Amino acid sequence: MKLLALFAVCATGVLLIYGTVDMPDWGDPHSPASVHVSPRYIEKAMEETAVGNIVTSVLADYRGYDTLGETVVIFTAAMACILLMRRRRK
Amino acid sequence: MHPTHEKATKVISYLEDVILQTVCRILIPFIQVYGLYVIAHGHHSPGGGFQGGVILGASFILLCVAYDINEAKRRMTEKVDTVFCSLGLIIYSGIGLICLVLGGSYLNYSRLGQVLPVNPVDARSIGILGIEIGVGITVMAVMISIFLDLASRGEHEEGLE
Repeated sequence: MKLLALFAVCATGVLLIYGTVDMPDWGDPHSPASVHVSPRYIEKAMEETAVGNIVTSVLADYRGYDTLGETVVIFTAAMACILLMRRRRK
Repeated sequence: MHPTHEKATKVISYLEDVILQTVCRILIPFIQVYGLYVIAHGHHSPGGGFQGGVILGASFILLCVAYDINEAKRRMTEKVDTVFCSLGLIIYSGIGLICLVLGGSYLNYSRLGQVLPVNPVDARSIGILGIEIGVGITVMAVMISIFLDLASRGEHEEGLE
């Protein structure tokens, strides 16, 4: 059984490494991520949002839903911590 | 160990460290001002709500470490802290809802220009600042809340002796 598990892990690893062969190089200007929305953010962020920091404008404006979700996740973590750990003596 | 020695170490562990407390008392206001700067200056430099909120929360945790939890709770009670947890999220989603009411899509800040005396582009900048403030408040309160629960096993009374 352990040998079977080892085989499964190795096969999955080989498949994943095989999958990375097709990936574009680091910083490749012709990769899909670099030709689809990135040029628009870089060129239009300043005139559309008047924010010099492109990271902030993408994080808070173009991807506002994403950041809202992140904040909800953090809030949920606090609520879970309160529910699980807080003990009050009355 | 001899009982007297044990007693001595116990007494020392309850003593307040003058150097640590003085340094923290001087340092904490500057840390908090820096946290506010990181939130407010996120438009033009690395930073934003998450980072600034963490710095604000860390200043409060430093207060808990240098003094104790009761001293920290005198500055911010757990009720206020829990309200702040929700307040930041309410600010964020409230700004989104205001945009919705003004006729745009959710979180489309350019619609804020209809109620603020600025053009739509600057309105988006102001909307970003507003949600960064909301994120900062939530992250700060969550840091404090989780730290207090973990440090005192949820009792908020002793702990960190």
